[in-house]
Amino acid sequence: MLQPFTSAIAANRFGLGARPGDLAHIGNDPVGWLRVQLKGAPPALAAEGLRSSADIIAQSLVVRREIRQARQEARNGDAAALEAVTKLPKLFRPLYIAEVTARFRQAAATDRPFLERVTQFWTNHFAVSVDKVAVLGVAGSLEREAIRPRVLGNFTGLLLAVEQHPAMLLYLDNHISVGPHSRAAAIVGRRNAKRPVGINENLAREIMELHTLGVGSGYTQADVTTFAEVITGWSIGGEAGRFSSGAPGQFVFRSELHEPGAKVVLGKRYPDNGIEQGEAVLRDIAARPATAHFIATKLCRHFIADDPAPAAVAHVANAFTSSGGDLPTVYQALLTAPGAWAQPLSKYKTPSDYIVSTFRGLELPVGDGRGALGAFEVLGQRTYSPGSPAGWPDRSDDWSGASALMKRIEWADAVGQRVGGRREAAGLAPELLGGNLSANTSTAISRAASAPQALTLLLAAPEFMRR
Amino acid sequence: MQSFGRRRFIRSGAWALGATLVTSGVSFARADADTKSRFVFVILRGALDGLAVVPPYGDPDYASLRRDLALHAPGSAGGVLPLSNPFGLHPSCQFLHECFTARELVVFHAISSPYRERSHFDGQDVLENGTVRPHAVQTGWLNRALAAMPVRGGAERERGVALGQNVPLVMRGPAAVTSWSPSKLAALDDDTLQRITDLYASDPLLAKRLADALAADEIAASSQAMAQGGTRYGEVINAAAGFLRREDGPQVAVFDTIGWDTHANEGSAEGQLAGRLAALDAGLRTLKEQLGPVWKDTAVVLATEFGRTVAVNGTRGTDHGTGAAAFLLGGAVRGGRVLADWPGLSARALYQGRDLQPTLDLRAVLKGVLQEHLLVPYDAVESSVFPDSARAKALKGLIRT
Repeated sequence: MLQPFTSAIAANRFGLGARPGDLAHIGNDPVGWLRVQLKGAPPALAAEGLRSSADIIAQSLVVRREIRQARQEARNGDAAALEAVTKLPKLFRPLYIAEVTARFRQAAATDRPFLERVTQFWTNHFAVSVDKVAVLGVAGSLEREAIRPRVLGNFTGLLLAVEQHPAMLLYLDNHISVGPHSRAAAIVGRRNAKRPVGINENLAREIMELHTLGVGSGYTQADVTTFAEVITGWSIGGEAGRFSSGAPGQFVFRSELHEPGAKVVLGKRYPDNGIEQGEAVLRDIAARPATAHFIATKLCRHFIADDPAPAAVAHVANAFTSSGGDLPTVYQALLTAPGAWAQPLSKYKTPSDYIVSTFRGLELPVGDGRGALGAFEVLGQRTYSPGSPAGWPDRSDDWSGASALMKRIEWADAVGQRVGGRREAAGLAPELLGGNLSANTSTAISRAASAPQALTLLLAAPEFMRR
Repeated sequence: MQSFGRRRFIRSGAWALGATLVTSGVSFARADADTKSRFVFVILRGALDGLAVVPPYGDPDYASLRRDLALHAPGSAGGVLPLSNPFGLHPSCQFLHECFTARELVVFHAISSPYRERSHFDGQDVLENGTVRPHAVQTGWLNRALAAMPVRGGAERERGVALGQNVPLVMRGPAAVTSWSPSKLAALDDDTLQRITDLYASDPLLAKRLADALAADEIAASSQAMAQGGTRYGEVINAAAGFLRREDGPQVAVFDTIGWDTHANEGSAEGQLAGRLAALDAGLRTLKEQLGPVWKDTAVVLATEFGRTVAVNGTRGTDHGTGAAAFLLGGAVRGGRVLADWPGLSARALYQGRDLQPTLDLRAVLKGVLQEHLLVPYDAVESSVFPDSARAKALKGLIRT
């Protein structure tokens, strides 16, 4: 069935919401407008206050040492000990704010919103959550350093970069996972037999379950455990107890933590060649059909429908497999998948995309510091804090609760009150919503009692809530 | 599903257990139970370590397997709070222990949903959807139970409330429910609100959600007047109590807690998990205080998606496991007991050589509570609420009659 390719769907469903003039610019070639965004290197995110993850972690290692000293010197409960505990959040919070502010600015202003959407999709796919303090300072750098430069590359390259990024290793505890027969285990075991060290299977499990194959795709507990052994030694440089290697804060393969020996994962034998053993497993996992299917399902759910048609998933999965995981090919397949341009609008905007589309539509400036970020917290989607490695959920039911809707409306009203006097809602409505604008909404806006109220109604309209 | 045939229940208090524990479709109707009973379901997301919160300190294998994480016997510094041998309660759980002493708490151990893999997200899905498979349905067992409850008073009303911006899966489904969470935003003026209501007239989903939100705000506003806050869960628990105290309000409330996924540096008597348990315990105390006279009609279930490994992992934490602990507390509960068909922690007793073997199906507890406390009809409990659960027979006698 031929579907109408409309500029409003291109800007909203595949983008971050139209700015005034965008729909006219897109004109009658919405697919072309989206495709051209996939050409050329992804723009880097640059802003004052952004620092490398290596730099941040190296500094945090120093702070951690200070905290340990303070704890030893002060008795528990002493003011000095209490103050020491707050040192890490104090170091990390300004870094977090700088990261999310830069990200918000980019989303609100970018001319390549489709690219930004896929970037944010991958960040949520490879989720870390800042409710774990250890990653508060580096969650943004995971996106900036590992994901953003690779969203137009190959899936395998993206996967390897993420799994070796210090933020991911910290979040899922792999930096301290120790092979039970490793040199480190032998040394520690001699010194303190009561506290044997061993593996932590967190990262290995979530790679298989959440990052690649998907749960229920056939891997076993033994595969998880063995894979965890394979990636022992994937760690972070600097001091670690009595061991010290690598540049502080950077990914390092610590051979002394690595579980020796060949290993069988998913039926295939991998010789022990150090770091390459884990990389080989990741490459093979990335190329499995289950991975293509899992990624395609999540992409279709994110962009097209809560329950995408099997044909759409197959279409995108085929593109993934036949291109060997070439991501631009995969995104292009998304644009031609069955249902990609379907009406009526079925996806409910996430709180984050609701806020960003408001800022784009009204051309609001993103201010400095915490003030600009309060909206994300109030509407229930504080950046980089999905609370679990599964990332934020992606169905309408996950976001359209009664209380959530009320907060969205209250926030829309606050925006309307603040800038309504300087925006003309009746003129903006067709600029932002194009063919999606309903007669009901037009009428409500035209009959509004005041300019702020008119703007509130535009932002609260069903077709602005959805995409 | 493995068999629950080998029954060796730990006995405590004066309650005879064993064979009489299991029931089929008997009605336990109290005259006014269908209007007065209140139920709270607390989801502990992330897999709470049952061996930490309800340590089997008397089990011969416990201390050697748990090493640094092991808690000491009652009476020693940082020691557990005594339940019935071999079980204790984590020292952070002072309020829960008071409930146990007051016979208002039943502790379940070696318990699990029918889920036997180790994915948080699938595990939580099964915990909430009430079937035996993840993603089998898009509705939750608690909502389906609400839909099956006898309608009282005739008028259509919200039967459940989710404390949070959105409704978790366990409460999604055919029965009308609402959600509430604290707001820092200014309220809308009536005229704007009316216009938005009109704008949503042709959009059934948004119209319904907005109407629910307005009703919930009204109830919460009246309850916040007496709110004290202070604890991590204070504000939502005050609100929950506000909803449940109302005679014509919802009978069922649900709220989420996160932070139980203790892969590293879990701690023992003190530490990461101890702090979270203390906050939860304080929240439950607030719930009792805020419910006031309604507490005597209340039952609260705390459940998690699965347990954690018996042995400590390489990073002083525990990985995803199977058998877990769960709690049933409240003034309506016949408590003061630990119900567990304790499989032990010896190497051969462990599930797949690493996890606590589950010997009690969580659905048996939930089915018992739904029937005895909320008077959900037996047929509905066995078919629409918990399909394919015939082998998990409802536990009898969990609720005071």
